[in-house]
This record gives sequence, structure tokens and C-alpha cells, in this order.
Amino acid sequence: MNDIPPSASSAAARHNLRRLAIYTFVRLAGLLITVAVGVYITIFIAHGGGQLDQLRQAQIQAEVSERIAGMEEFRDYTPAERNQLIRDEVQREIERLRLDQPFVYRSLDYLSRAMTLNLGRAEQMFSDAGSRRVYHIIGERLPATLLLFGTANLLVFFIALFAALALSRRYGGKLDRTIIGLAPLSAAPGWFYGIFLILLFAFVIPWFPAGGMVAAPPPEGRLAYALSVVRHMALPVAAMLVSSIFISIYSWRTFFLIYSSEDYVEMARAKGLSSGDIERRYILRPTLPPIITSFALMLIGLWGGAIILEQVFNWPGLGTMLFAAIGHLDTPVIIGGVVIYAYLLAATLFVLDILYAVLDPRVKLQN
Amino acid sequence: MNRWRAALQELKKYPTAVAGLLLIAFLLGLSAYAVIAIPYRQALELWRGGEHWQAHPRNAAPAWTNLFRRRKLPPTVRLDSVDNGLAEQDELAGLRRQRITLPFTFNYFDFPSEINLFLETEFTRKTPLLSIRWQTPDGRQIDLGAYRPLRRQRLSLSQDRELAARLGHPGHIGLMTGSAESEHPTVLRGDYQVVLEILHFEPGSQLRADFIVYGRVHGLAGTDHQRRDLLVALLWGTPIALLFGLAAALGTTLTTLVIATAGVWYGGRIDAAIQRITEVNMILPLLPVLVMVGTLYSRSLWLMLAVVVAFGLFSAGVKMYRAMLLPVRRAPFVEAAQAYGAGSRRIIFRYMIPRVLPVLVPAFVTLIPTFVFLEASLAVLGLGDPLLPTWGKILNDAQQQSALYNQHYYWVLTPAAMLMLTGLGFALLGFAMDRIFNPRLRSD
Repeated sequence: MNDIPPSASSAAARHNLRRLAIYTFVRLAGLLITVAVGVYITIFIAHGGGQLDQLRQAQIQAEVSERIAGMEEFRDYTPAERNQLIRDEVQREIERLRLDQPFVYRSLDYLSRAMTLNLGRAEQMFSDAGSRRVYHIIGERLPATLLLFGTANLLVFFIALFAALALSRRYGGKLDRTIIGLAPLSAAPGWFYGIFLILLFAFVIPWFPAGGMVAAPPPEGRLAYALSVVRHMALPVAAMLVSSIFISIYSWRTFFLIYSSEDYVEMARAKGLSSGDIERRYILRPTLPPIITSFALMLIGLWGGAIILEQVFNWPGLGTMLFAAIGHLDTPVIIGGVVIYAYLLAATLFVLDILYAVLDPRVKLQN
Repeated sequence: MNRWRAALQELKKYPTAVAGLLLIAFLLGLSAYAVIAIPYRQALELWRGGEHWQAHPRNAAPAWTNLFRRRKLPPTVRLDSVDNGLAEQDELAGLRRQRITLPFTFNYFDFPSEINLFLETEFTRKTPLLSIRWQTPDGRQIDLGAYRPLRRQRLSLSQDRELAARLGHPGHIGLMTGSAESEHPTVLRGDYQVVLEILHFEPGSQLRADFIVYGRVHGLAGTDHQRRDLLVALLWGTPIALLFGLAAALGTTLTTLVIATAGVWYGGRIDAAIQRITEVNMILPLLPVLVMVGTLYSRSLWLMLAVVVAFGLFSAGVKMYRAMLLPVRRAPFVEAAQAYGAGSRRIIFRYMIPRVLPVLVPAFVTLIPTFVFLEASLAVLGLGDPLLPTWGKILNDAQQQSALYNQHYYWVLTPAAMLMLTGLGFALLGFAMDRIFNPRLRSD
């Protein structure tokens, strides 16, 4: 690459950037449509029992009553008059929201609300700040989930990548065989190992807290707070590592082995390139796209398991929220949770898609 | 068929595969035993809880854990007045006085978990009068009061507030100690006696007592907070887990394969449509959707299975199979089949699918535990089938009762061990098969 003249290189860079921008835009649009279809399916399932309509009507009723109760000019009305007023207002609202129209129209209304995260009010649950809006409840929980799973997945990715590379070098050795022998451990999800880790390192040997995100009461000062969070994260992150790292090492090592027996790698070896160069430029580079793909598929699976892992560790994220919502039968929160998870999955895929495009110069736009 | 037999021969060379097969055989055997030993209806009935279990202790550890303990935990002592009681009778002016002595020896350092007396009385008009006396090894006599028992009655000595106030501790501690004044009483070991003095007012009246000193260990698997024997759920969890895992894995793999093959064969719009549906399906979070279905509709295991299969139709596998099938589509033998006039369906089912099937078998085997754990996950979330006894439901109960905090480790460890055995069995087999069927990965 170094022997290309600077002007050509900048033109190529600009071309690459443009290609990437178009690719990003198309993928983003595609994913948004995909999320919309996914959310529509969710709405369809949720609507099946007629639950959604009852919910909306109950919510409108509550909102209208609240509004009228709060208005000065209706204070002198008799209860009968006021009830009549509420009924009329609810009727108008139902007509305004087209709730009296067929499901096809209404579902589009639901869809636009869900897509814009206008998720309505929770029936039972509150956010910690006291809000009843599902949006606020989710907003409070999302950072905790992102922190835990972001950390764990980045760790899994980098540790597995370098371990796989190292093992492919020591192919057939004792360490290689041991790690590969541990691959079946990945049959169990993270929460399962979480239970064992809690048992061992929180109860039998009390090194780490059994659950939660910070000590109660939260420690003063930023550093102490961060340290407390890290201590609370140790066990759940370890549980996720145990459940997904060995299978990743196993399958990525296979990729590396396959690619390191390619002719062009032999050729590079024959030319006398250093093994570090060969690994970085001849093995790692072409292997990364399939590795990213397999990582994406794994991440999709992990998001689902996140709910239970959080519940087991009492981590105040989306999973515990969903679990609490099941307990309260709080349907708006449950639907909101599903929508958020769909968005998260889409975002994950999007980031990995962009990475893929950056890494694989062959990625082209199919019109 | 020869190819499969050769593969089986090959499998025998891998110790991990043999271990996996043995584990699976063990689980299958356990399932068969469960289904035969405890018929389905009986299992559901037992798991519902209630009176079946009144003679079982609450939260008792498995009996075999005593092997590893220096301080053995007491098992349950159950004395029936008919079989174990020493009865004396004398008659006196139309009254019949009966004295039943129930002796037992208690040689443990831990207190029993509870003491109950179950009474069954038969009379026509007048209830017999019962007074109970407790005799400790050091010769003290404790009066436990007089009763006119109902036809069926439970006297809970552990929950008797008046007795607890008198002894300074709940019945099962206060009655079994010589140091009741102390804040940390110790067990008084030795021979105890419960003496029931019964005054019958009718010639035919009868009283039958069932005296239970509940231990802290029970059976092979221990008991839960509702006194249910965990063995029921551990045994019955096996066929349910295997059935769910197998059915879900089979349902999703086969349908996905057929769909992917059809897409590759027909190509064009059908293929594109299948690709787009798969992309949408990948975005749908399966577990939250299952949670939604479980909350809004029903928690039946079969509904969950149906949803899992429905969402598995267009799983990410479609993409993987497609990549494998594309070269097959252009293979000469497919062209030859087309040339002799084979229909699309014949080509898909007889030519293309068999070609990739061997490669899919390992993936299928490793997929089974995924679904076994999915079922457990749902149960841990509290969305388990309301009737079926499963491993996940034991874990859910344990979680709700803070089993780890209360040091009831067995409650978590036994179902977890069953899940682990299932996961390992299929994973070990699957990984070994992967090496055999995908020669590219073969390590030698």
C-alpha cells in the first residue's frame, strides 16, 4: 500500500469513505425496516388476545379522568355531569386515535408509537425516579445492561481472538487440547454458571457480592463508586466468559487453521516474512470477516440469555425489569422490553455490519 | 446406511464421544424409569403438593450428604401408635383409659426441623380426651396439654405459641434440649418418650397417633419448602427436558433445512423473500417474545415449543445452509436429475438435502442442549409450565426461597447437575461428530 502516490491514495480513501457511507445508509435503512417488521410482529402477537386494545382504552380512561379532575372549570360539576364529561371525552379520544377502526389501521398507529419509543404508561411499575412512563423505566435500566454486556462481550471477543490465534500456533499441544476439550462447557448459558459462581465466590468463599450493581449505600466519590461497580460486575462477567469463550476459541481457532494452510500463506512463509507479519496480514485479515459473523450470531443469542443472567445476579438492567414486569403482569413494560431488545439486536447487527464492511474490501452494494 | 455405520465405528475411537453417548444413554434410562415408576398423572398430582407430603420435612438435604458431614444431620423419625406404640388399657366405670408410649432415641447434634403429631380419632358421639406428656432423657416430664381431638387433626408442637413461650424456644428446640435457658441451646441426646394418655368415653372409640420428628435430611434428593420430594421433579424433569430439546431441535433444524433448500433451488424471488424473512427473524428476540407469549397467553410447555419452532423456521441457520447448498445446486448430479425429469420436490428432498445432512447432524446434536436450557431459562423466569415438574422449576423455587442464602445448596446443585449432564452429554457427542463429519476439522 505504501508505494501508491499520495494523491491516488487520498482519492482511494475518499472513494472508500463514500462507499462506506452509502453502505452504512443502506444497511441502516434496511435494519430500520427490519425492526419495523419485527415490532409489527410483536404487536400482532401482543394483540392476539385483545389485550392491547383493553390496555389502550384503560390508559385513555385514566388520562382523561386525571386531566378533568385537574381542571378548575369542572370543579363545580356534579359527579354525574363529570362522569358524562369523561365518557364523552374518552369517546372523542378513541375516535381521534382511530381505536374504533379495524385492526389494520390501529396496528399502524401502535407501530408508529412503538418505533418512536412512545411506549405508554406502565400499569404497576415505576422508574426509580418515580415516573410511570415505560420510556423512563427502560431509560433507567438500559445503561446498566449496556455496561454489563458491552464489557463482557468485548472481553470475550478480544480474549477469544488472541487465545485462538495463540492456540493455532501451538496446534495439537497440551494447552490446545485442554482448551478445546473445554468447548462443550459452552452448552450451558451464562446464568447457569452464574449460579455456581455465586455459590462459590459469594457464599462459600465470600470474595464478591452475590448480586446488585453497587454496594448499598453507594460509596462516596467517583472512584469508590466505580470500584464497587467493578466488584459487582466480576461474577456476571466471569459467568458470561465461561459460557461463551471456549466455543469461540474453538471455532475461531478452526478458521485460523483453515486459513493458515492456504497457498498464499505458504508463499509468504517461503518469502521469509516474519511470523508476526504473516499472522497479522495474511491470516488475521482474511479471517476476521467470518469471525465477525460468528460473533454476531453469538451476540444475538447472548442478548436473550441476558434477561436471566441479570435476574440471577439481581443486576438492575433490562432483564430484571422484564422479569419484574412478568411478576406484575405489566403488559406495556413487557411489550416495551421486547421492542427495546429488537432495537438492541438491530444496533448490534448494524455495528458489526459496519465493522464487516471496513474489514472486508470485497463487500459491495447489491444495488 | 453404510456411511452411518462407519461413522458410528469412527465415533467409538473418540473417548469423549463414548462418554457423551453413555451420558445420553443414562439420561434415556432415567427417563424410562421415571415414566414407568411414577405415571404421568401421579407425577403431576404429587408435584401439586399438599397432603401427600405432610410426613416429609421442609428443606431437608439429601440423606447421602451425611456421608460427607462430620456432624451428621438427623433423619426423620416417624412413630405410629399402632406399630411403634406400647399401649396399655384399663377399664373403669364405663370409661376406658389407654396409655400409648412412643419411645425414640435421638443421638444427633442438630435439632430436628419440626415436630408434629397427627391424630385420627374414631368415635360416634363423644370425643376421647387426650393428654400428652413429653419425657426427656434426663427424666424431666413436660406437660403438652390436653386436647379433645377432631376426627383428623394435626398438632404442631413447633408452632404451638403457648408451648414456645413456656419453653423459651419453639417446640422442636425447647423439647429437645437440656439448656433451654441458654440463648444457644444444645441438643440433649438420648432416649425420649411421648406418652399419650387417652380417656375413651365410648366402648368403640379409637385414637390413632402418628408422631413425626422431622429431620434435616431426606431421601436421595432432599425436599423443598413445600415438603415435596425433589426426586419427583429430578426424575420427571429428564423425559420432559429430553423431549423438549429433541422436539425443538428437530423441528427447527429440519424445517429450516427444507426452507433453505427450497430457497436455493427455486432461487430468484423466493430465495430473496426467504432471505429477508430470515433477517427480520434474526432481529426478533426469542426469549422476550417467549416471555410475552407466556404472560399474555399460556405457559404451557407445548405452546412454548410451538413458538420456538415457529421462530426457528427462519433462523440464522438458513444463511448457513444456503452457503452450503449453493455449490450443491450447481453440482452435476442435480443437473442429471433434472435432465431425467425429476420434479422440484424430488430434487430438494432426494438430491439436495441428503447431500448436506451429514454435516448438519453434529450441529443438530449440539443444538439439543440449547433448547433444554431454554426451557430451564423460561422456568427460572417463572414462566415454566404450571403443571409439569421440571429442573428449571426446582431452580426457580430455590431462587425464590433464597436457597443459596439459606445454605440449601443441594436445592440448586442437584437440578443444575442434571442440566449439566444433559448439556455435556450432547455437547461431547456433538463435538466429536463434528470432527468426523466435517473432515476439515479432523485433528489428525
